[in-house]
Amino acid sequence: MSNKYTEDDLREELKTKEYEYGFYTDIASDTFPIGLNEDIVRAISLKKEEPEWMTEWRLEAFRAWEKMIEPEWANVHYAKPDFQAISYYSAPNSKPKYDSLDEVDPELLATFAKLGISIDEQKKLSNVAMDVVVDSVSVATTFKKTLGEKGIIFCSISEALREHPELVRKYIGTVVPQKDNFYAALNSAVFSDGSFCYIPKGVRCPMELSTYFRINQAGTGQFERTLVIADEGSYVSYLEGCTAPSRDENQLHAAVVELIAMDDAEIKYSTVQNWYPGNAEGKGGVFNFVTKRGLCEKNAKISWTQVETGSAVTWKYPSCVLKGDNSVGEFYSIAVTNNYQQADTGTKMIHLGKNTKSTIISKGISAGKSQNSYRGLVKISPNADNARNFSQCDSLLMGNECGAHTFPYIEVKNKTAKIEHEATTSKIGEDQIFYCNQRGIDTEKAIALIVNGFSKEVLNKLPMEFAVEAQKLLEISLEGSVG
Amino acid sequence: MDLKEKLTASFLAFENQVDTDTYVHDVRNEAIKIFEEKGFPSKKEEAWKYTSLNSVLKQDYSVFPKKENAIEYSEVKKYFIHDIDTYNVVFIDGKYSSHLSQTTHDGIDVCLMSSALTKPKYRLVIENYFNKAATKDSLPSLNTAFSNEGAYIHIPKNKLVQKPIQIIYFSTGSEAATMLQPRNLVVVDENSHVQIIERHQSLTDNPVLTNSVTEIFTNKRAIVDYYKIQNDNQNATLIDNTFIKQKQESVASVHTFSFGGKLVRNNLNFYQLGERIESILKGVTIIGDKQHVDHNTLVHHIEPNCESHQDYKGIFGESSTGVFNGKIIVEKLAQKTNAFQANNNILISDKATINTKPQLEIFADDVKCSHGCTIGQLDESAMFYMQSRGIPEKEAKALLMYAFSNNVLNSVKIPEIKQRITKIIANKLGVNIGFDL
Repeated sequence: MSNKYTEDDLREELKTKEYEYGFYTDIASDTFPIGLNEDIVRAISLKKEEPEWMTEWRLEAFRAWEKMIEPEWANVHYAKPDFQAISYYSAPNSKPKYDSLDEVDPELLATFAKLGISIDEQKKLSNVAMDVVVDSVSVATTFKKTLGEKGIIFCSISEALREHPELVRKYIGTVVPQKDNFYAALNSAVFSDGSFCYIPKGVRCPMELSTYFRINQAGTGQFERTLVIADEGSYVSYLEGCTAPSRDENQLHAAVVELIAMDDAEIKYSTVQNWYPGNAEGKGGVFNFVTKRGLCEKNAKISWTQVETGSAVTWKYPSCVLKGDNSVGEFYSIAVTNNYQQADTGTKMIHLGKNTKSTIISKGISAGKSQNSYRGLVKISPNADNARNFSQCDSLLMGNECGAHTFPYIEVKNKTAKIEHEATTSKIGEDQIFYCNQRGIDTEKAIALIVNGFSKEVLNKLPMEFAVEAQKLLEISLEGSVG
Repeated sequence: MDLKEKLTASFLAFENQVDTDTYVHDVRNEAIKIFEEKGFPSKKEEAWKYTSLNSVLKQDYSVFPKKENAIEYSEVKKYFIHDIDTYNVVFIDGKYSSHLSQTTHDGIDVCLMSSALTKPKYRLVIENYFNKAATKDSLPSLNTAFSNEGAYIHIPKNKLVQKPIQIIYFSTGSEAATMLQPRNLVVVDENSHVQIIERHQSLTDNPVLTNSVTEIFTNKRAIVDYYKIQNDNQNATLIDNTFIKQKQESVASVHTFSFGGKLVRNNLNFYQLGERIESILKGVTIIGDKQHVDHNTLVHHIEPNCESHQDYKGIFGESSTGVFNGKIIVEKLAQKTNAFQANNNILISDKATINTKPQLEIFADDVKCSHGCTIGQLDESAMFYMQSRGIPEKEAKALLMYAFSNNVLNSVKIPEIKQRITKIIANKLGVNIGFDL
């Protein structure tokens, strides 16, 4: 692999960097006035040339949202965003359909280069198709042709609304209804763009699908909508990664991800989340309020893997509804918090079908003055015979000003269920550090080593491309936490 | 008039009839205000997410017992641990029964809350300890507002109390529905040791709602061993609020045996206010029918080098519901804490439900904390083994269930209680075998 990354590189990098991806690109963009009302919702819909039913669908969500109250149960504290002070739409202007990269706005290409995701290079060197989202509108979609040959639809959701309205209409909101929760309702009303993916029956997607989301416009909230449908017997591995520019003002991110795995299908959804976490004093940073949920039909499997290192406030529970018999849900997570970051993350496994299985492995690492919570629900319904769940939540505390919390909810209504839950909390042992020091590994590196070992179980679940990046991110996130 | 209105309306009348010094008077007035403001907890509150009081509160309870009732010892002998010599503090419909009780002032005080609240002799202890451990939540506040009667136990320095103390609350059901609010205070001074057994028992099928508060203070190196036997009949509701404040090097253990009642809610809170403290919380729950048992525990580790052990076992049959909500908080200062929590459950019926939430909140980095929670069934191969050796299915099941709850029983220090519990379990499981093999 070309991007070999050694410990020495890391040390060099740590010396120089504050937040690598904190930059701002000035792309003349088409931004709506701030505020939210029915007209804005209509305007977004109009702007995106959406069919009539979609506009209605959004309005319905908006009306429900107006009646909802912002949830407060999560173990996080923050200044609530003013929803009337946000602009709900911003798109890079002049967006012709490009045939080649040359036609793309050069400034945008420079942005990609800085992020290390040059489309050009990606196209040639890796087997990854990219649907790049800059501030809400899909600008470049590559490998579409290769995918097209297999009958796979992978495009932006607005394009899907134009070209495959019947598919979108059938599935959107079936897993996460418009009125599901406060942020899901908001997202349903104003989502600007996102990705849509459909894998036809029996097709194994030949490449990892990935999307890079970034926030790139002052004062805009980002409301992504992702819909992945794996038809009977198909397989897809979907990657999602996030970086955001440095900015003082808090930014809101309220995405919705819906996965549908039909009979015998399998979806693997991996996330590396590295939104701007705010500076060392806890100023700024992104609010990440995400609703992610997958539905498993018979013999289907959904596997969520996430590495959460960014965001000032994270509020995220990728869930699996195990509706079909013999379906399987998995959740592997690493959440790292440093400085003043707060994360309240976990999963929900809803067992409805018979012989359903779920596995939860959650690793929380807190450093600095951060708070890291695991919140999970395992629910076995009366009909879910022989359901099986294994949960493990491990927390690692670095320093004595941070906190680790676990809130596992277990609700069982079937006598044949087997549930195991265990949680541990520990710190990095002095003897472990001593052992490393003795062998010439300095403390910072030793910690990186130990943290990597601690997170190995989850890192191993990530696709190769992401595993490398995730490992790097873990180290960057814990920078300066050696006490 | 709903229960809340009824209670707040009768508060004044109650206050006028009890004659107390100003300290408790102020405490009561403050408490009723809190209750008025908060009302009864609803399912919207996180701590009451899985337990609803709605059906219980619908009854038209009589808040004050109208007349005194007497019962013969022979009728209720079976509710006492009668094969050992004990001190007894017995109440009938909330009123003290001198006839059934055996109290003492000989070196230690085992007597009544009502006299402790009024006699100047106890004033200092009351002012130092009364309502100093109870939280400001709505139900403890309601109890505080109406606190008047209960057991008062004060063990001075360096005393080893030779006999266990039994606190028993009987309700005779002479009225259609009764609400009782007993209030116990236990203060154990330095180096002392005491064992206490508490029981609530209704003698008829008339509904009873008991909202009990027990405050326990263990001073330096004191040891308290507390047993709660909950085997009431199917119309009794018990909300037990127990608060334990521990000073350094003290050991407090609470065993809760929940076999009966319509709805039982145990709020058990431990506060560790010194170093090298040990807290032990254990419980066995075996219920069936439509019973509901909710264990809500809190262990608050405030100082370094302390330990806590929690072990709750539950067996749920028929349409019963079990709730376990165990919270451990480890403060920043509480380094070297060792906190352990286990909650194991067996579901033996399709309609039974378990909701469990073991919760850890940790702010210190040098700690060992773990919690484990399992839900499973009886081992089929073990069942087969026993059946193939001629043990009938029912007995084999009972043996397995007994074995399952055995490590909680093992830490019971009074053999007679262990025997009694064993008998209740055998009864509950419908078998006639002595488990003391």
